[in-house]
Amino acid sequence: MSELAVPVTGSLSLDLHKHMKKNRGGKIKIGAQSKSGPAVKMTLLVLLGLTIFGFLTFDYKGIDFAGAVSATMNNVQVVFGQPHLKYNTLPGAMHGLLVTFALGVLSTIIGASIALFGALLCARNIANARVATLVKGFVAFIRAVPTILWVLIFAVAAGLGSVAAVVGLSFHSAAYLIKAYSESFEEMDSGTIEALKASGASYWQIVFQAVLPASISYMTAWTFLRFEINFANAIAMGAAAGAGGIGYDLFMAGSFYFDLRELGFITYIVVAAVILLEIVATKVKAKVR
Amino acid sequence: MSGERAEKSPRPENQTSVFVKRKRTFTLAFLAVAALFVISALVTDYNVIAGFESIPKAVVWIVKNLVPDERAWSRLPNILAKLAETALLSVAVTVCAAVCAFFFGLLGTRTTKINPWIGRGVRIVASFFRNVPDVVWAILLLFSFGQNILTGFFALFFVTFGLLTRTFIETIDEVSADCVEALQATGATYMQTVFQGIIPSSIAEIISWILYMIETNIRSSTLIGVLTATGIGYLFDLYYKRLDYGSASLVVVSIVVLVIAIELVSNQIRKVIM
Repeated sequence: MSELAVPVTGSLSLDLHKHMKKNRGGKIKIGAQSKSGPAVKMTLLVLLGLTIFGFLTFDYKGIDFAGAVSATMNNVQVVFGQPHLKYNTLPGAMHGLLVTFALGVLSTIIGASIALFGALLCARNIANARVATLVKGFVAFIRAVPTILWVLIFAVAAGLGSVAAVVGLSFHSAAYLIKAYSESFEEMDSGTIEALKASGASYWQIVFQAVLPASISYMTAWTFLRFEINFANAIAMGAAAGAGGIGYDLFMAGSFYFDLRELGFITYIVVAAVILLEIVATKVKAKVR
Repeated sequence: MSGERAEKSPRPENQTSVFVKRKRTFTLAFLAVAALFVISALVTDYNVIAGFESIPKAVVWIVKNLVPDERAWSRLPNILAKLAETALLSVAVTVCAAVCAFFFGLLGTRTTKINPWIGRGVRIVASFFRNVPDVVWAILLLFSFGQNILTGFFALFFVTFGLLTRTFIETIDEVSADCVEALQATGATYMQTVFQGIIPSSIAEIISWILYMIETNIRSSTLIGVLTATGIGYLFDLYYKRLDYGSASLVVVSIVVLVIAIELVSNQIRKVIM
């Protein structure tokens, strides 16, 4: 700041020359110079290189690509153009939807409750630094394991079904929300905490009177986002881990009855539910803010 | 109702009423969540006690069984080959989807859309691809592509495309409204606006999203692998169903190492470019 304030009118033309870059043709180079430019270019080049390398090394098993694409087009037309219900009934599908919704609700509530305390342990501004590092590492590990693997692992201990699905989904949700919550705690104004500490407030007073009220809107937004993810995951767990609900109906229609039209009908129900959820979530978020 | 009563009461609004109000809202919210929990538990037949009991049981089981043994290590080359394939797949999917989503998204932003109807259409198409679950795409593509890597590729591609289109539209609207206006005022063409204005001002955000999606897609591809019998997900499912838990655990560990490595590299890149 202070360097900028010194008047340097005399050397202005000289300075201009120093900063003005010309190319070989003598034209002045335009375009912003920034430190991040090379890094951006490098990242993009590496990603592009990996993509090309990937396409060259994938094992396509000699698939007839054009045939498969046209078959896909055909199937898409059947699925989305002529939906019907044959093996399932509309009340049955609605019940499946309700079960999936409830799985999402349960795992979000359990995950959020655990995350609330976990985040207090690992937010840098209110927690012990060593504990925070430990919790953060543990949470990163839990998040790195895909949800489906957690559900299958818990299924060995609890049997396939809603218990394994809820515990598995909650595990991943808690880890995700601990990260999100603790980041929103860390963003809060450090002066407030300091002022409360100086006035002799206890740890829980600081948490309930300053930290939570300041970040409640962020936390609600993250929780709803996680609920949307959990709903989608609950569908997937129904299809891949026998957790029941509409995901299981999808799996039965597609992989057991091989009925594309039924798959289409259930997909429409799912899409309608997800869009409805998105609208409600947006409304709630707007209200909390 | 309670608000009305408070307004009519002669007592002037003081600090206690704020706290009482906050307490009341908090209690109501807590009761609503608790009710939702109980109803959901009834609907899904979820046994809360069994749920909590399963955690220590699972931990004991993990410590006892999920340890890579001799046989598992002999399978390491095979596991690593599948892991590399999964990593390359999720990079390839994300890059392809990002390129498509960027140019498709340009038609849907407030600043660069060609006309309002196309803009609305783009948003609806993106919403469709985002909201049809990847499970449906996987089942659907399994019919035509069979147990092929392309099944996973397209299933992930459609969902990633829908998600990235929405985020790119939001990013472009947020970041580059001013610079687009300035460029248009100087008489720049559409392509000049895109390549000189929008891409430079939003590229850091875009890369950040691409890195995030790569990480997410590795996890999703495991799921799709379980469902369609391809890739690393299939390998886990195979060992798991054969009760060869040692090998299955090595698969889990290798995925964890990959995801955390990608997360660390991504964070480093974000630090430099943002």
